[in-house]
Amino acid sequence: MKNRWIALYVENQVGVLAKVSGLFSGKSYNLQSLTVGTTEDETVSRMTICVASDDITFEQIKKQLNRMVEVIKVIDLTNVPLHMKEILFAKVLHCSTAEKEEVFQIAQVFDVQVADIGKDGVLLECKLTERRNNELIVLLKSRFKQIEVVRGGAVAIESISTSCR
Amino acid sequence: MDITGRKLFVRALLEEGVDTIFGYPGGMVTDVMDELYKQDEIRLVLPRHEQALIHEAEGYAKATGKVGVCLVTSGPGATNTITGLADAHYDNIPLVCFTGQVPLSLIGNDAFQEVDIVGMTRSITKYGVTVRDRKDLGKIIKMAFHIARTGKPGPVLIDLPKDIQTQSGDGRYPDTVNIRGYKPNEGVHVGQLKKAYKLLKAAHRPLILAGGGVLLGRAQKELQEFVEKMKVPVVTTIMGKGAIPAKHPYYIGNSGMHGRYAANIAVSECDVLFSIGTRFNDRITGDLNEFAPNAKIVHIDIDTAAISRNVVVDVPIVADAKLALEKLNEWAEPKNTKGWLEQIRVWDQENPLEMRRDRGMTPQMILEAINAEFDACVITTDVGQHQMWATQYLEFGGEKQFITSGGLGTMGFGFPAALGAKIGRPDLPVICITGDGGFQMNMQEMATAITEDAPVIICLFNNQYLGMVRQMQQLFYGKRYEATCLRRRRTCPANCKGKSEACPPYLPDFMQFAKAYGAHGIRVEREEEIAAALKEARAHADAPTVIEFMISSDELVLPMVQGGTPMSKMILK
Ligand SMILES: Cc1ncc(C[n+]2csc(CCOP(=O)(O)OP(=O)(O)O)c2C)c(N)n1
Ligand SMILES: [Mg+2]
Repeated sequence: MKNRWIALYVENQVGVLAKVSGLFSGKSYNLQSLTVGTTEDETVSRMTICVASDDITFEQIKKQLNRMVEVIKVIDLTNVPLHMKEILFAKVLHCSTAEKEEVFQIAQVFDVQVADIGKDGVLLECKLTERRNNELIVLLKSRFKQIEVVRGGAVAIESISTSCR
Repeated sequence: MDITGRKLFVRALLEEGVDTIFGYPGGMVTDVMDELYKQDEIRLVLPRHEQALIHEAEGYAKATGKVGVCLVTSGPGATNTITGLADAHYDNIPLVCFTGQVPLSLIGNDAFQEVDIVGMTRSITKYGVTVRDRKDLGKIIKMAFHIARTGKPGPVLIDLPKDIQTQSGDGRYPDTVNIRGYKPNEGVHVGQLKKAYKLLKAAHRPLILAGGGVLLGRAQKELQEFVEKMKVPVVTTIMGKGAIPAKHPYYIGNSGMHGRYAANIAVSECDVLFSIGTRFNDRITGDLNEFAPNAKIVHIDIDTAAISRNVVVDVPIVADAKLALEKLNEWAEPKNTKGWLEQIRVWDQENPLEMRRDRGMTPQMILEAINAEFDACVITTDVGQHQMWATQYLEFGGEKQFITSGGLGTMGFGFPAALGAKIGRPDLPVICITGDGGFQMNMQEMATAITEDAPVIICLFNNQYLGMVRQMQQLFYGKRYEATCLRRRRTCPANCKGKSEACPPYLPDFMQFAKAYGAHGIRVEREEEIAAALKEARAHADAPTVIEFMISSDELVLPMVQGGTPMSKMILK
């Protein structure tokens, strides 16, 4: 079992998201994340999907997706140079002034924005890899009383210059 | 010129060559129904239940090779078709099912008889869509027929809101479709095919496994040619029955859970398994680790997703069965398979398919009499022991067609499917082999049989039990016959272990049932009466005949492989 990535072009129509996600639940595929948005062509949406699976299941997943009428194209991103980022908002709550200082330091180290600040709270806006976002959450949780996060799931696009990752 | 949606609906059906539709009315389809009233090119068949309606459309589609068309109302009309959609999905039957829907403005309001039928059936249709804009109606119907009948066929659902039916819009029906996400496979990868052929050529114990795909692709002739040119033995799946004539010298029989002994042993012993049009479901493979353990496997299928899904194959080939076989026939050269064929013959003699003949009338006798009586015909079955016996003892091929619910195993399928087949092929005798349990699931259709003039022959195997389940209870559950005796009443002892003199009478009385509808009824208790009953039924052209065969409750379907165990481990007695 390992995480694998798929980019999926689908018809931008009612029910397509339900159909794609229903495939994963109906066939017990292990869906890790799924994001969707329209593309430069507004009749087409692009999904970025992460699944945890073995090789055989992954092949099957791609075939099952391909067979859907609403699916225009399936791209296996597993071994492709990619740009991949996930948006994450993390609120650190009930902090003292010293703790706020620490949040700023962390923000600097992780190279993320401070998007908002109040009397006893700081809001971080992060555009990192999923893994880096995970690390940030672990760190914030261990250092502060209460945090609140929302994350968008990763979006990915193939690199232009193949060396990039 | 602009026309209403309901007018375009009828125009579209005509352009698609539809001559028969199976419809049941209701508030949300009265507009299109009214339009059907005004024309007389399309026949509307009115069943007595929407579940039966869709099975009738399936039987019609299978028997004619055309797309079966259904029209039902919203809500309960739509939900009643769900079982049939799933059945058609698993057995790859081309259907277009129109469901009425509440007006667009009411969708989402929990309006009267509103259900999200597209959402409910997403995983059991090839494609499903609600028409949300009148201008898309023609395009959607065109797409639906195209998707239903091409590639691996299947059911398509079109949800038709009431206001779409009445709104005016473009009157043209498109004559082409282009769906960017749907491109069924058309060619054959010659390189892969060559590889497969070489493997078969080099094999010592080669075996062909033919599935339903051979029949769907109408490749029977090509398969037979290939088999004869190469001299390779063949086994079939249940859905593949008839892919090669039963009496063909290279045909061994069905493989799988209730397959022929020699067929299953051959699968276990072969060194190349050349399979065409099967999805290797669990009824065929048994324990996957022990399936064809010595074989290199070739798999030809039109559906990419069917390949290397259940069994890992050595040579995958995505292709239409007919195209692939045509190509193979260009290369095919005879192999020396004498020893291997002889070995298979020995296995078959060791454990032939046979029922004891010393205990009165057996299913085998009935099925053999059917083989003898009918040449060109369509035979449908319901689901249960009688179905398995039918797959074992009936002989198909040529003009004899077999229609059975293989993937979903839907009780209640057989009788309506027979009616649909008869409506599509009135020129052929249509025989339905059914059980006393399953027949009762759709026997209201006797009315349809009479009103639609579909004089089918119903061979009802009455063993007074839900026999297939009873068999498992008898073999694996200490004869605890919970919920399988159809004579049981509240007055019966709690822990019944089988039949006795004190049992309450069976009901219903199927002879009186037939009479109530103006159908014929013949009850057969002895072997000597079988042939005459079939002849008599065949002579009845005015109404269906129910032949009730009174068979023993104890008869088992053998051989049998218990789910999840290897195919070579058959229970033989
Ligand atoms: C709709 C449905 N419900 C339940 C089953 C499970 N089932 C499979 S065979 C069977 C018994 C069928 O009895 P009958 O029609 O009398 O046929 P027999 O096995 O006795 O020949 C049952 C209950 C099923 N296949 N389909
Ligand atoms: Mg029975």
